[in-house]
Amino acid sequence: MSLDAAVRVRRGTLDLDVGLEIADGEVLAVLGPNGAGKSTLLRVVAGLLRPDAGRVAVDGAVWDDPAGGVHLPPHERALGMVFQDALLFPHLSVLDNVAFGLRTRGVRRPAARQAAGRWLARVGLEGLGDRRPDELSGGQAQRAALARAQVGDPALLLLDEPLSALDARTRLTVRAELRRHLAEFAGSTVLVTHDPVDAMALADRVVVVEDGGVVQAGTPQEVSRAPRTDYVARLVGLSLLPGTGAGTSVHLDGGGEVAVAEETSGPVFAAVRPESVALYLSRPDGSPRNVWPARLVGATPHGATVRCELAGAVPLVADVTATAFAELGLVPGAEVWATVKASEVAVYAR
Amino acid sequence: MRNRRSGVPAPLLIPASLGVAFLVLPLVGLLVRAPWGSLWSQLTAPGVGTALRLSLVCATAATLISLVLGVPLAWVLARSRARGRSVLRALVTVPLVLPPVVGGVALFLVLGRQGIIGRRLYETAGITIPFTTPAVVIAETFVAMPFLVISVEGALRAADARFEDVAATLGADRWTTFRRVTLPLVAPGIAAGSVLCWARALGEFGATITFAGNFPGTTQTMPLAVYLALQRDPEAAIVLSLVLMAVSLGTLLLLRDRWLGRSGAGIAA
Repeated sequence: MSLDAAVRVRRGTLDLDVGLEIADGEVLAVLGPNGAGKSTLLRVVAGLLRPDAGRVAVDGAVWDDPAGGVHLPPHERALGMVFQDALLFPHLSVLDNVAFGLRTRGVRRPAARQAAGRWLARVGLEGLGDRRPDELSGGQAQRAALARAQVGDPALLLLDEPLSALDARTRLTVRAELRRHLAEFAGSTVLVTHDPVDAMALADRVVVVEDGGVVQAGTPQEVSRAPRTDYVARLVGLSLLPGTGAGTSVHLDGGGEVAVAEETSGPVFAAVRPESVALYLSRPDGSPRNVWPARLVGATPHGATVRCELAGAVPLVADVTATAFAELGLVPGAEVWATVKASEVAVYAR
Repeated sequence: MRNRRSGVPAPLLIPASLGVAFLVLPLVGLLVRAPWGSLWSQLTAPGVGTALRLSLVCATAATLISLVLGVPLAWVLARSRARGRSVLRALVTVPLVLPPVVGGVALFLVLGRQGIIGRRLYETAGITIPFTTPAVVIAETFVAMPFLVISVEGALRAADARFEDVAATLGADRWTTFRRVTLPLVAPGIAAGSVLCWARALGEFGATITFAGNFPGTTQTMPLAVYLALQRDPEAAIVLSLVLMAVSLGTLLLLRDRWLGRSGAGIAA
């Protein structure tokens, strides 16, 4: 139940060109900003949209091959799909919604309903089968949608932003349940999301898609530790500084210089965590090798800290406590000095 | 105080009131002038029952034909990506604005005994369409079907097409999706369209009298009977009009309570 896909689609301003390979039982997250082409990619795999070029194969069976004139219609593909909104059929009971995928595949009504009932129990909706979809909460509806997608034992599960329509608290519980379900699911899963937490919590591997192309792929840990684009860096809360390594310092592409602990050479990224940046009103004395003048351009409260955006030769994001922020009397436009220990700067090849 | 609250300015209020009066007074007049004393004997007069029955049968038949042909047509207009779709929509809605008499003439030219199709029918099968009960049904369908098509197309456009995507990923082919998902989703629109279509067919006059004539028992529907009665027996015309008005009002109430109002939330539960 592996997926092997190379998808090329042009739609308006979108030029999507993405390759995916997923092994049995693996969960792949496709992470990217809105408009990157993630949902288009999923619609192609589902057969709802024909690719302009490329190939989609599952377990060696070709589902899409435009060059060879192959296009398996969506209803003949062994897959289940969950959309951002649960999209339960409003004219059917919850139980009949879940049974729908079995009824279309020729299972008789009593047997289909029995199987649907078992699935409802598995997603924690036992006894709610007689309800109308509009009588369910958002979280319950999304669980029912998950049961509906899985009832036919699909080879492939496609999840299109399955948690983003839920409120924050519901999202936590549904995410935890989804994690449990995906662990039990034998087939492959593609999860499309713009939320890095979903990707990190649910996926075995992450593919980052921006502007229709893959910009980074790896395990969630690899991607969050060493982001390769500003988008991912912002998502995981890092300042990403591209430059050229020379010994224990990095000459940034935007001017400026960063001292690092390890010897490097060639094109590299230097990544700085916001909590390792300290701010001063005057140039601090003492040991830190990285001291840069900067200007505060933005400040947003972020829990007990204030996230400060700094402009200058070395653009950084700094987290300072709310108390420190008040004591320093920081206002947007203020001139400050930022320091980072060389040992706190992560550096890796571009 | 009520006026101030609802905030209707006088320049709007006066014409609006006149408009209401203009629409309602004729109906009131009909009720006032009705020969209530002889109502029952008029209603049970031989011609009335026949005309009413013929009207109901023909309007229902026209609505059924419109459903069978019109719902698929609405689907094509709403969902297909064929190139000539806007032209097709314009053609389909022409009968909405066409004077019904013109429609009757057009039907005559095509299906009449000397018509393009009518002549073949007559020569090969000996079938004559004009001035028969089927001609009434055809004329009513021609005039009324666009109401159903427009109504159902609107419902299809308003329905979330993503439900059809969901059905496809659940193993439903396009036909199954249409039957099990699309049709139930637009059922209220189909119902409303059917009622509109039926009411329009029931009141059809121009195309019917042109294409089907005015023969009691076979083609004389209620509107034709009313028109004829007005010339020789105005009281009978009033009684027949009352019957038609009652049927129309009943239809309107049915439409509002069952499908349009949705205020009775108990129905959904």
